[in-house]
Amino acid sequence: MAGSIRGSARPRRERSGPASVAGRVLRTPSGALGAALLALLTAAAFGASWTPPYDPAAQDLSATARPPSLAPVRGQLHLLGTDQLGRDLLSRLLVGLRVSLVVALAVVPLSVLLGLAIGMLTGYHGGWVDLALMRVVDAQLAIPTLLLMIAVVAVLGSGLLQIVLVLVVAGWPTYARVVRATVLALREREFVAAARALGATDGRILARHVLRNVVPTLLVLATLQLPVVIVLEAALSFLGLGIQPPTPSLGQMLGHSQEMVWRAWWLPTIPGVAITLLVLAFNLVGDRLRDVLDPRLRGVGGI
Amino acid sequence: MTYYAIRRIALSAVAMLGVVTIVFVLLHASGDPVTLLVSQDATQQDIDQIRQAYGLDQPLSVQYARFVARVVRGDLGFSYRQGLPVGELIVERLRATCELAVAGLAVAVLLGVPLGMLAAARRGSAVDTAAMAAALLGTSVPSFWLGLLLIIVFGVQLGWLPVSGYGGLDHLLMPAFVLGGFYAAQISRLTRTSLLEVLAQDFVRTARAKGLAGQAVLLKHVLRNAALPVLTVVGLDFGRMLGGAVVVETIFAWPGMGRLAVQAVLGRDFPVVQGAAIMGAAVFVAVNLLIDLLYGWVDPRLRAATPGA
Repeated sequence: MAGSIRGSARPRRERSGPASVAGRVLRTPSGALGAALLALLTAAAFGASWTPPYDPAAQDLSATARPPSLAPVRGQLHLLGTDQLGRDLLSRLLVGLRVSLVVALAVVPLSVLLGLAIGMLTGYHGGWVDLALMRVVDAQLAIPTLLLMIAVVAVLGSGLLQIVLVLVVAGWPTYARVVRATVLALREREFVAAARALGATDGRILARHVLRNVVPTLLVLATLQLPVVIVLEAALSFLGLGIQPPTPSLGQMLGHSQEMVWRAWWLPTIPGVAITLLVLAFNLVGDRLRDVLDPRLRGVGGI
Repeated sequence: MTYYAIRRIALSAVAMLGVVTIVFVLLHASGDPVTLLVSQDATQQDIDQIRQAYGLDQPLSVQYARFVARVVRGDLGFSYRQGLPVGELIVERLRATCELAVAGLAVAVLLGVPLGMLAAARRGSAVDTAAMAAALLGTSVPSFWLGLLLIIVFGVQLGWLPVSGYGGLDHLLMPAFVLGGFYAAQISRLTRTSLLEVLAQDFVRTARAKGLAGQAVLLKHVLRNAALPVLTVVGLDFGRMLGGAVVVETIFAWPGMGRLAVQAVLGRDFPVVQGAAIMGAAVFVAVNLLIDLLYGWVDPRLRAATPGA
């Protein structure tokens, strides 16, 4: 009770420009922690990964499964150790982080655009287009995500481009549904009717009035979907169906470490910690962003 | 109720038709579906035979109608790797997957609900913060790493539990925990939110005002009202676990449907992959239908809900 009274006494900002949103995300400890983690991991992925200490694919069979160590062995320093083929784990980790982020940052905007287009079309147009496309959404959401992705991989094959495609195919229905629901609600509002009475075309109404009202919701959903996409890509690569060698990825590193858990604990632990931190960072920022932009979405998100 | 039930059943049937259509489109997305249905070392004669048997030389509309008809009859094709009908292979594995999903659900509910209740009852305290931090960590740790971590600790270091395979309760413990952990975290967050929403309502204040002790209010009035959203998600989660146990089954060599599908992709055995996707969706749709019908029966308000919702 006391908390809510204090909360309502605080001055409220009605306007929410990008700067103030960022400020309000960073103001809480969890938001700040998430943002700091994210900055660190992004810097590692897009900065340090271009000059890794070693070639991440270079094998050295005279130095296999070395534990993490600060002491150089025969002039070679492997800070995070090496895997069963003698590849430097730090280098693989940095490049793997980049692959995870690139996939997520390609997949989420593409899914959002596709979902936005289809959601707007069906919500605004209605009729048989709506009926048909929403049944497709229903059907697709009925197939368990990983099984759907596995089936698509079985047809298309695996690789970076295919993985992005698979994840976009699996991802768009969520956005389409949310956009459609928002459009349906907005369509009946007075300001849309007013705009139409003033002679605005459908395209103009969608672009100026509907889009603006959908964007905050989409932004929150997209931020919460980023970690989901990262985990799905890692899961596919873990199963050997995602990113293929020689390109390293975090999931693939974990998958390859399975046979080594008996004698090299650091092989699964290093990429595991990296994925967890990455997902945690996005979850912290996403949760906070949701509280700031669209509190109604509480409970949405997750796989 | 009858109208509601018929509507729900029809929607489920339409969704399944959609699923079969998606799989059909997928089969043809590769160009020539025959290449997916025969093994790589098949002779031209084999290929022609399959083409004929499956009617792949017919127009697409005929192929589609036949495909749907075959699935409806329960004929999911033939695995050329294992030399068995796909339906038989999957049904055989479905039992193991069901066991795992039930155990995972038990973990999710038994961990998640008490944790969420504790956090809500001690809102704003250190207990609340700790519980929600644990939940956040739980949703952030990917299952494939958690699985390997448990294997290292309990299998390799301590040697308490078997690290793979199918068998007694000791084999089930780690996979169930890994599968249920993520959902436990989600359920605890939802339980907390749901409880807090109910706690803020007038009737709770009235119950307090008439002198009921805090415990009694929580147990008698609040829990009952907060249960519905939690139960809805628990039902959905169960459907997801049935179809989504792919990773856990692979880590622990659990002989379920997901592992079958992964091995089938790696072995280029497309009929099995296709069958697993259809079966996975069928189970998911069936579980959801059951939940919807159950709710319609329990809560009359839902029956009158707006169509299209």
